[in-house]
This record gives sequence, structure tokens and C-alpha cells, in this order.
Amino acid sequence: MKHMFRQIFQSGRFLVGFAIFSAIVLTVVIYPLFINDPPLEILSRGTFLAPGIYVNVYDSVNFSTRYTLLLDEAVARRVGARLNPDDRATMLEWLTGNGIPEAEIDTADTAALLELWHNNFDSSVRLPGMTNADRNYYIRLTTSLEGLLATEGAIVAAQDTATGGLTETDVINQTDYVNIGEVPNFRVLPLGTDNFGRDVLTELVSAAGVSLTIGLVAGTVATTIGLLLGLVSGYMGGLIDDVILFITNLFTVIPGFVLLILISFSIGQEQRGAFTIAVVIGLTSWVWTARAVRAQVISLRNRDHVNLSKLSGHSIAYILAMDILPYIASYVVMALILQISSGILAEAGLSILGLGPRTTEVPTLGLMMNWAMIYQAHILGKWWAYFPVILVIALISFSMNLMNTGLDQVFNPTLRG
Amino acid sequence: MKSNSVILSGKGVTKVFGFGAHKTVAVDHVDFSFRQGEVISIVGESGSGKTTLAKMLLGLISTSEGEIHFEGQLRDIRSHKQKKEYWKNIQAIFQDPFSSYNIFRKIDAVLLDCIKMRGGGKFPYEQKLALMREACSFVNLKFDELTNKYPFELSGGQQQRLMIARVFLLKPKILLADEPTSMIDACSRATILDMLMALRSEIGMTPIFITHDIGLAYYVSDTVYIMERGKFVESGSADEVILRPKEAYTRRLLNDVPKLHEEWDLSTV
Repeated sequence: MKHMFRQIFQSGRFLVGFAIFSAIVLTVVIYPLFINDPPLEILSRGTFLAPGIYVNVYDSVNFSTRYTLLLDEAVARRVGARLNPDDRATMLEWLTGNGIPEAEIDTADTAALLELWHNNFDSSVRLPGMTNADRNYYIRLTTSLEGLLATEGAIVAAQDTATGGLTETDVINQTDYVNIGEVPNFRVLPLGTDNFGRDVLTELVSAAGVSLTIGLVAGTVATTIGLLLGLVSGYMGGLIDDVILFITNLFTVIPGFVLLILISFSIGQEQRGAFTIAVVIGLTSWVWTARAVRAQVISLRNRDHVNLSKLSGHSIAYILAMDILPYIASYVVMALILQISSGILAEAGLSILGLGPRTTEVPTLGLMMNWAMIYQAHILGKWWAYFPVILVIALISFSMNLMNTGLDQVFNPTLRG
Repeated sequence: MKSNSVILSGKGVTKVFGFGAHKTVAVDHVDFSFRQGEVISIVGESGSGKTTLAKMLLGLISTSEGEIHFEGQLRDIRSHKQKKEYWKNIQAIFQDPFSSYNIFRKIDAVLLDCIKMRGGGKFPYEQKLALMREACSFVNLKFDELTNKYPFELSGGQQQRLMIARVFLLKPKILLADEPTSMIDACSRATILDMLMALRSEIGMTPIFITHDIGLAYYVSDTVYIMERGKFVESGSADEVILRPKEAYTRRLLNDVPKLHEEWDLSTV
């Protein structure tokens, strides 16, 4: 036994799979110890905040010590950030329309573009087909650029509630900085927020945990049913085998996923908890485990060691448990791993169709994909709402399959290289 | 040692596998009666149905047709309890010692099973230990070196001797030895056979050898049954059958025995 464990951990594939899988499990376990926000808490107004560090503006203006830093590139960066690709394209359009050869304009070079704009732009010049709205846009753009280039700071004013007049309270210079450590309120959102304004990372970690649990429950249910039916059917033979085989064949012919969809649909939204879904997945996916176990038991039941055990007066239950089960244990462990992985995928498949666990309690990987899809994250290009979820599902599945083939290499002598 | 009472007999015993086009008659209406104390050999080539017959005699598979009588009474082993009772009287040694043991159970467990089967489950441990020591020393194994070992850690000959130690503890009335020496090297072969014969006189059992080796059959047995394609084609005392064979099949089997001082005649094979 000890020898076998050593062999398993010498298999490269198993090790890689095991490392990835343990990393995921450890993250799921450790992350909530440090960040114990409820995973479904709505943080932001507005949907799909991009990943980044969110610093409270009010706090940085009112409470923080201001430091003056003289950085060379500050202005250029400020303007560069102001000019988005659309602005640059329209500037290019105006400039080329007014006789500047296109070859001389480099829209990526902010400084050169600004200089060209300054030297040439005249709000009174109208291009053919230019509307008033277009003209106003150009004027706004120019004003805004000039504002950025000005050296006076921004004025903070307080409103007098009695008179309604504004009193200047503070001036923020362009060279003022705050230390982020001194700002009392800021929030790191490494994966941004989702359509409901929830922290995607916290949600994802919690969802991975729930999905792994669903996979474990589904895999255990499927493997237990498959193992029991396979053992009894394979060992007993005769009429019992015929009946079990008939049921198994029936389930084989009905596509498992269709059955799963029908059952989840008929349970109804209110009754569909994560656990229920897991059990339903388990109940529809035991078929191939049962068939495989049955085949293995049939090849084992006439072996001499089973005959010897019978001759020693052991009962059927004892023979199944001691003379058959240990011989197929490695196989059953491998089947369990695959069942867990396919259970997770089945939940994701169901949820993306809107038939997963009801949405108010816990997030699952499938539900996160479902939400991202309904709110069109993929069309809006909000990759952080769905890509990390896909990655986690793929990694879980990949690591489990790696572990499985690694185990196969160890247990199956014909595959040993 | 011989007595006249019939211990095991069969009438029209048949085993059919499959049905329709895939029907195979492995054992075809054989009649036999084995007397208590006799050494019996059932000889035949591979596929002649002798192992199937042995399994039916052991009650490991059911008969398709026919009756088997044990000690004059019709054998009834439908329930597990009846089977267990029957297996106290009939035991077996299988051909391949390497596949005969559960690789997950230790040697002590194998022997303790036998003590339990003989009703010694509640014996104090010291007594069980003494019984196991006695059984092992009967087959020239040192029990104290075997404790906490697995059967697969022993050599083939040792494993087969352990099997005999098992039979020693169980003290059955009949022992079915299905090719007990065919997987064993020639030196251990004689030892194993001698031990089986010693065990026979020790516990007074009736051994039935299932073998393809007609030389072995002649060496050990009183009565020989020759089996061809599921039927007994010839039977009688060993001298009669082997020295004066009537059937062509028996002569062919005899011809196939390699002789050291003669060239092997391959034209008859």
C-alpha cells in the first residue's frame, strides 16, 4: 500500500494535476479566512466595474496629507488618458479633412498630435457634412484639453446653505499626490465587479467551493449507486443481473443530460438548492460506473481467490467487500474523480441554461456564467465577469483528468512507460 | 484404508454453457461413484471439461442436469448455510497458487478462516496459534516466519504448501486437487504430492486429482477416469486403465507423456 502511494506521487501527471487541484482547494479554504465578505454582497452601483484599485475621492481630498511630486511625464499621461481612441480618430478625421496629409499624423504619439491640433484647429472652419453637434464636440474636446494643460489647480468649493453661494475652500494642484496608505477608504477589486455590482473574485472563490461540493456530492452519489449496482449485478448474475442491466440500458439510451434538464425543470425553481441539484446530477450519471464495475466484477467473480473465499465459508457480502472491492478499488477511485469533474461540468451546463440552483443563496461557477451571459458580458467585452470562471472550471476539470490519467498509469501495468 | 461406502456419486451430471448457436456442452451426462478412501484421478486434456466437473463437484457452479449424491444423500446446497455445511466436507486446491489467494489478506487471516470454519472461532488466541503452528509444520513451513506476511511474498511451492496446511486445518472428507502441481517446478512437485498423500493418511480424506498428467495419475491413484470432450470414455483401476488401455484416446494421452530415454513421437500429436 505504502509502495503504491509512493508510485502515485512519482507519476508526473498526477503530481501536476494534484498541485493544481490542491491550489484551488487551498484557495477556497484560505481566502475566506482573510476576506470574509459575503460573496453575494452588492458593492457597486452600476455594472461591470473594471478590475483595479478603487480609491475614495472624498477621503483623498479631505483627510489625506498632500505631497508634491514633480514628475516629468505627468501632463503627457494625463492628456494621453483623456484622449481615448475614438477622440484620436475624430481628430485625425478633422485634420485630414483640412489638408494635412495623413502620413504626417501619428495618432499614437500624443504630444505630436496635440501640437498639430493646436496649430491647425479652428472652430470656425467647417468641413463638408459637419453637423453642429460635431462642431460642439470639437469645441468641448479642445476646451477640455486646454483645461488639462493649464497649470492652475482644481478648486474645491463649499455651498452656503442659506445663500446658495459658493465659497472656495481648497485648491488641488496638478502636482498634488496622496499616499494610498493614508486614504482610509479604498477597495481592491482584482477582478472588478459583475452585473449586480458584486466583487467577482470573492464570488468566484465562493462559487468554486460550492461547485466542488456539488461535484463531490454528485460524484459520490453516482459512484455509490454505480458501484452497488455493478457489484450486485456482476457478482450475482442470473435474473438480478438481467433486471439491473435492463435498468442500466434504459438509462444509457436516454441521454443523461436531457434527463437532467427534465428533472431539474420539473423540480421547480423554488426547490432547487445546490444540494438538490448535486443529488439530481448524481442520480443521472451513475450508468457508466455501473457498467464498468459490472464488467470488472464478472471477470473477477470466477477467479480462484474468490472460489477459495467461498470454500472458506464467507458470505456474499464479505466476498464482495473483501475479495472483489479491493481489487477494483483503484478503478473506483478513478471513476469517482471523473464523476466529480463531470458533476461540476454538468452543474455549469445546467446553470447556463437557467436550470441550476436558485440564485438567491449561493453562487456556483455555472450561475456566474449564466449571469455573465444574461447581462451580455461577452458582448460588452467585460472579460473579467466570465473569463476567470471559465478558467477555474477548465483548471478543475483539467487537474482532475490529469490525476486520473496519472493514477491510470500507476494502476494499469500496460500503460507504465 | 479402502472401504466400500460411496462418498460421492453422480448420475447424468451435465453442464451446458450458453444457449442457441453458442451452446457448449462442457460436461455431458457423466456417471461416477467415488468410494471413500480411494485415490481418484480424472485425466483429460485441456478443454475436456474436467475443471468444470470439479467446480460442479465443489458446488461452485450449478449443474445443468443430473444429480450429485454426497454420502448417499442427494446434495442440496441451495442456501448459503447448506453450502457452508457442504464445504466443511469438501475442499479444493487450485492449479495456480499465485491467483488462489486474496492479495490484500495476510497468511494468518487465511489460516484463521479455516479454524473458524471448523468451529474454532472462539478459541483463545494461544490455541489458534498452536493449531496454525501445527498445520504449518506439517507442510514444512515455519509459521513464525510467515506471520504478517502476504501469500504473494512466498514462492509457488510454498504457497501450494500453505494451501495444504489450509486443508490440514479444515480436515475435509474429500479434497479436489485441480492440477495441484502443474504450475510448480519439478523438484517441489514430488514434495507436494508426498505431502498430499501424507495428509490423506493423517486425516483420512478421499483425494480426487484432476490432471492432464497421466503419469501423475498412475503414480498416485487407485482409480482413474479418462475424460474426453465432457464424457468419461474409460474408467477403472489405475493398473487396468493405464497399463492395458482400451480406448484410442487413452493410448494417445499415454503416448504424449515424454520419456527421457526415447525420442518424442510428434507424428501422433
